[in-house]
Amino acid sequence: MKLLYFAWVRTQIGKSHEEIAKPEGVETVGDLIAHLAGRGAGYASAFARPQTIRAAINQDYVQHDHVLAATDEVALFPPVTGG
Amino acid sequence: MIRITAEPFDPSRELASFGQDPAIGAIATFIGQVRDEHGGGNLMALTLEHYPGMTERKLAELEDDARARWDLSQVLIVHRHGRMEVGETIVLVATASGHRQAALEACQFLIDRLKTDAPFWKLEETKAGNHWVEAKTSDDTAADRWRQ
Repeated sequence: MKLLYFAWVRTQIGKSHEEIAKPEGVETVGDLIAHLAGRGAGYASAFARPQTIRAAINQDYVQHDHVLAATDEVALFPPVTGG
Repeated sequence: MIRITAEPFDPSRELASFGQDPAIGAIATFIGQVRDEHGGGNLMALTLEHYPGMTERKLAELEDDARARWDLSQVLIVHRHGRMEVGETIVLVATASGHRQAALEACQFLIDRLKTDAPFWKLEETKAGNHWVEAKTSDDTAADRWRQ
């Protein structure tokens, strides 16, 4: 999977993107967020409040119960503030 | 038409050739610019981050939605990203139609929905430091109005 991070999710993790293999036991976006939160201090702080995280799969918004595919582009970010 | 740009733009130039069609009787525009909300020169700059690809896609979907709901001859959305200073234009939305109601309603629809649907994030540079702007529930309320 290709993971993309934006805004304070990106700055807290310290990178804008990375490639990972879909981890064992991770089925949904919510599972992925919980998995990533255990990868280190930056990740833990970025995903400390999972309910504030918005997700897009292949550039479409999805809910946290959305089921992931191994080849998905997954973007994780705070609520948007454009305009 | 959708345009995302890192360069400053002049709304009057963007609109110079907009709405030039004998069938167009009404043009509505919205211009959003960087403001120093608390005054006193507290805000030094604003940086807009976005999700290249998804941004264009979401704005094109909004244009399609607007054209399906109202009889529009032309639609233009120009949105900046990158770093900008107080007074610079962030976004321009323009709609053209035969009559004012379609143009005005579609223009408001587009900016209300852009605020909640387009993947942009604002970082404020202030004298006290940098911080990410939090989403407003009033923006969700304004966008939800159009989902009924």
